[in-house]
Amino acid sequence: MPKRARTRHLNIPQRAIVLAVAAYLGLLLVLPLGAMGVRALAEGPGTLLASLAQREALEGLLLTLIVAAICVVFNGIFGIAGALVLTRHRFLGRRVLDALVDLPLAVSPVMTGLAFLLIFGRGGWLASSLDLLGLKVTFAVPGLILATLFVTFPFTLREVAYVLEELGTDEDQAATTLGASPWQTFWLVTLPNIRFGLGYGIVLTLARALGEFGAVLVVGGAISGRTQTATTFIYNALEERQEPAAYSMALVLALVSVALLVAIEWLKRRRGRE
Amino acid sequence: MSRPTEIADVRRGRLALRSGVLIYAAVLVVLPLGALVQHGLVDGLAGLWRAATAPVAAQAILLTLWTATLMAVVNAFMGTLTAWALVRYEFTGRGLLSALVDLPFAIPTLVTGVMLVILLGPQSPLGGWLTALGVPVIFAPLAIVVALLFITVPFVVRAVEPVLLEQDPAEEEAARTLGAGTWTVFWRVLLPPLLPAILSGTIRSFARALGELGSVIVVSGNIPYRTLTAPIHIFGEIESGQPGGAAAVSVVLLALALLLAFAARGIERISGVHHA
Repeated sequence: MPKRARTRHLNIPQRAIVLAVAAYLGLLLVLPLGAMGVRALAEGPGTLLASLAQREALEGLLLTLIVAAICVVFNGIFGIAGALVLTRHRFLGRRVLDALVDLPLAVSPVMTGLAFLLIFGRGGWLASSLDLLGLKVTFAVPGLILATLFVTFPFTLREVAYVLEELGTDEDQAATTLGASPWQTFWLVTLPNIRFGLGYGIVLTLARALGEFGAVLVVGGAISGRTQTATTFIYNALEERQEPAAYSMALVLALVSVALLVAIEWLKRRRGRE
Repeated sequence: MSRPTEIADVRRGRLALRSGVLIYAAVLVVLPLGALVQHGLVDGLAGLWRAATAPVAAQAILLTLWTATLMAVVNAFMGTLTAWALVRYEFTGRGLLSALVDLPFAIPTLVTGVMLVILLGPQSPLGGWLTALGVPVIFAPLAIVVALLFITVPFVVRAVEPVLLEQDPAEEEAARTLGAGTWTVFWRVLLPPLLPAILSGTIRSFARALGELGSVIVVSGNIPYRTLTAPIHIFGEIESGQPGGAAAVSVVLLALALLLAFAARGIERISGVHHA
């Protein structure tokens, strides 16, 4: 199909459209970001660093990083496996799996937290068996991990499935015909082919896991030193009227997001080129 | 070398892979949602109705619905316009603007809330000015709409962009050659193929807005009957030790969100739109 060339010399109405769009996105997205940057740095970088160097803040950041890393690994592995199953296996219930993958996107984070409370919390479905084993899930780190795994479940799977769909199976079949084992085919042919889609999914997972708030607040309770993550640290600091601490952490997370955004755009371009 | 054993091995491997994925999905997704639905339906549909129509809950659901509707209308229009500008026009800063559209997917929603409070709160110059004008934003329903607009920027843009990219310029040229004016071309040739994408993007943004917590909880002030949205109401019920009531309202919202997701999927399937 003939691709349309973008109009280069814009007339007045076309310029007005571009201006309106730029003004809308500028006011809605950039202005708040800028305002926060200015406000967080208002008392000087010293205050900023001092509030970040608090033990609570560092512990929150570390916990968030650990949870996010676990989500990247688990949902990365099951995302690749799930994408392979979804695009290349034909079986009864494939449609059900396909619909299941998008389910977490329709669930509010509060409900996610609540759902895990109802399973593992006091009086929950599995509460008695957990007690027998001496395990604690709710108001503990495992709960945070489960909730964040749920929330980030679709990302890697969807992105890898999308690439696999475009790719087809020709190269894999060629490798098999030439005598490669399934593992060899996977490592030497499939994985290199999906790497940018996988990278894109991982960055989306990371962004969502680092920023998850509602689910970890409900299931973890944001207990300082135990289940307080970076976002729930901000929430608690706001509740306690410690604005400088809240704003400093918010600025850190915003800067991380901007870095992730750069990665998202780069990977999108690479994925598009393949 | 025995080929039959190898084939049997491969088959077993595929079966193991599939089982692993299905078990993971069942434990991680089906189990929690099952628990939520079971607790929500403990008192049957009548109990569900009672929980959802209790005054505070009903007001919260209503507020969530109307703020999300207002957001969706603005989003449908501005999202389409944004996609249009990004696909059809070349201008300095186009790449930056396009990247900016993805910002809400990268930024934590709670941070979005914090940013909006800093920008529009009563202590800020802009917030003070708005209050003096008689339109306080923060701790008013308008703040909810602004927060929802922020977090849903990508939905319509990313749904409409691919359709615009694939539109055949020949159709437009043919219409022009046949004497159609700019507006006729727009209404009769350009817009109709975009409508399914606009609709599905808007529905998805609406569904996303129904469950939003992080950005809204900071900017709305959570005043019952005035700025308390449904997800925050659910959160309040959990905090006050009423998981049953929370589950009931959750089931109502979840049913609505699933219905919307189903509708969006249907539109995408029929029209061949690929959702972002």
